[in-house]
Amino acid sequence: MARTVTTSRRTVNTVFAGALSLLMFFPVLWIVILSFKTEGDAIKAPFEILFNTGWTTESYGAVQARSNYFKHFSNSLIISLGSTFLGLLIAIPAAWSMAFVPAKRTKDVLMWMLSTKMLPPVGVLVPIYLIFRDLGILDTRSGLVFVLMMINLPIIVWMLYTYFREIPGEILEAARMDGASLREEVIHVLIPMAIPGMASTVLLNIILAWNEAFWTLNLTAAKAAPLTAFIASYSSPEGLFYAKLSAASIMAIAPILIMGWFSQKQLVRGLTFGAVK
Amino acid sequence: MNATSLLTLRRGLVGASALVSVGATAALAEEITIATVNNSDMIIMQELSSQWEEQTGHSVEWVVLEENVLRQRVTTDIATGGGSFDIITIGAYEAPIWGAQDWLVALDDLGDDYDYEDIFEPVRNGLSANGTLYAVPFYAESSFTFYRTDLFEMGGVEVPEEQMTYDEFAKIVAMLHDPDNGVYGTCQRGKAGWGENMAFVGPLVNAFGGRWFDMDWNPTIESPEWQAAINYYVDLMNNYGPPGATANGHNENRALFADGKCATWVDATSAAGYIFNPDESSVHDMTGFFQAPKQVTDKGTGWFWAWALAVPNSSQKVDTAKEFLAWSTSKEYVELVGESKGWVAAPPGTRRSTYENSSYIDAAPFAVTVLNSILAANPADATKDPVPYTGVQFVAIPEFQGIGNYVGQQISAALAGQQTVDQALENSQRFAVREMTKAGYIN
Repeated sequence: MARTVTTSRRTVNTVFAGALSLLMFFPVLWIVILSFKTEGDAIKAPFEILFNTGWTTESYGAVQARSNYFKHFSNSLIISLGSTFLGLLIAIPAAWSMAFVPAKRTKDVLMWMLSTKMLPPVGVLVPIYLIFRDLGILDTRSGLVFVLMMINLPIIVWMLYTYFREIPGEILEAARMDGASLREEVIHVLIPMAIPGMASTVLLNIILAWNEAFWTLNLTAAKAAPLTAFIASYSSPEGLFYAKLSAASIMAIAPILIMGWFSQKQLVRGLTFGAVK
Repeated sequence: MNATSLLTLRRGLVGASALVSVGATAALAEEITIATVNNSDMIIMQELSSQWEEQTGHSVEWVVLEENVLRQRVTTDIATGGGSFDIITIGAYEAPIWGAQDWLVALDDLGDDYDYEDIFEPVRNGLSANGTLYAVPFYAESSFTFYRTDLFEMGGVEVPEEQMTYDEFAKIVAMLHDPDNGVYGTCQRGKAGWGENMAFVGPLVNAFGGRWFDMDWNPTIESPEWQAAINYYVDLMNNYGPPGATANGHNENRALFADGKCATWVDATSAAGYIFNPDESSVHDMTGFFQAPKQVTDKGTGWFWAWALAVPNSSQKVDTAKEFLAWSTSKEYVELVGESKGWVAAPPGTRRSTYENSSYIDAAPFAVTVLNSILAANPADATKDPVPYTGVQFVAIPEFQGIGNYVGQQISAALAGQQTVDQALENSQRFAVREMTKAGYIN
């Protein structure tokens, strides 16, 4: 029997959910507001900022004049897409073997892979920096694609493993009995069935790679610097540049916010795939 | 050979020589990468660097990072010989340490026109190790007291001509403290960090006669001088400071002062340009300044800091990098900034010629006080009792960063009331002894 919800209860829930959403979204909203103020107005009291100051796009103009936004944007795009798709190339066969041909130590291997995420990145900064220096890939997009792929690989493998486990092995067996090779089995049977899960894996990893700030700041200088470096260049302990910093932040997060907005249905569907059986 | 052939030959030769010269220029032109901080002086340098690029044919790539991120990023690169940067922005703390470790290229040979003698001696000394200059300054600062002239006038307070003591300062602060009308007696740094609250606390301890280490490198943080200084600081801030002072660093206090919330503020002289700018400060026409107070001594009462440019040893383009430094920290560059961006924006505190320029003195009413504060800050003699180190608000040894940050956290916790001053100093002393023992300074 369906539970009845009274109107007053529904109103309270709606108001509470709305207030919570506003609370969570407020920092972003405030950044948007500050980005359309002058530097002088941006440090005034909140009430004054909202009601007693004008609106301007000068911070966006100043940011674009001082920094090459599109260079940073294209670096972010290449690095996040590159690392995600390279990760998929490695993770799909790995997750397939772990899901459908598990060995005695498969669970241990999975746990070991995940445990690498527990390592503080700064602990391996110097060795990785030295390797990058010797390979001549400091401040290159290919170097960042490789390192971000390695960092996110455990998550990709785990997510794909979870989705693959939901697919009945008998279907793959049937494909094999029909004469499908391993390659055909993966490409024509497994991947089409795991598309929702793979889509959410791709989306999540693009977001993770886009937002990654430790390695992207430490392994780049001028040429391969993505949008994280673009934002960092407007942060300063010796001067309040809140309006420009806000404008830079909005310019950096806008693409991923838009992508997240349009793909949220897919993202939620993928993340909850197999959660309720 | 007829005239047409001669003309063709001449054109060919001219074309060939033009190609050769373009090729030679292209071969000589280099791209240098500069890692720097995001402050107004460096933003101006970024804008004006296109003139240097046009003059020389070289090009500049800028990597702009927040101070702490830059410090970590540059340290990693320089310690591993990564060679990502040709010029780095470092402070007065790093320059002598990194120079002594042979991480930086000596900069004693920037050309006859550079005029090293024009750079103030304390600034040169602060950026040298063993008599060798390892970084060239683009701005230098000390600390002094900003005060509200209107509030002093209303309260009938006169600024003494001589340097006042911290006791006298506290009396004035108490008189002007008026939180009901949104004015706090004083705003000082409370945010933990060796570059934040310790920048104020270090000179305060000097003024009270304290020091970080004795001549045998034993930490002296539990001494009566430290006790007196930190108790003074905590009482002053708790009684007359703004609420939540432990979250306030330079930026936050600057915003509070510019918004008319503070009667006094002891902080960087470099903030004067901002406080006197009518576009950014509501108290630009009611602010005065005097030296940071003294107490039992007047030594080391105003800090010394400089942002400087250096060339890491790992750079492959040392000559071009030096060429850029010779241009960007020259007298001519200061004039270029003054004429193109306004004299109030000229890099302060580095060159004598800037303070001999009447245009600058007219545009910056704070110039002479800033100059006197910088010249009075002597990193080589900043304490009442002798010490084995140099530095006013810091100790120029690699271990200081960790010790300074820890002590800053302890003092910030005492300010927040999470522990007593005695506990903070006891913890700080124990930590400093452990670190200095680990580093081999003491047994």
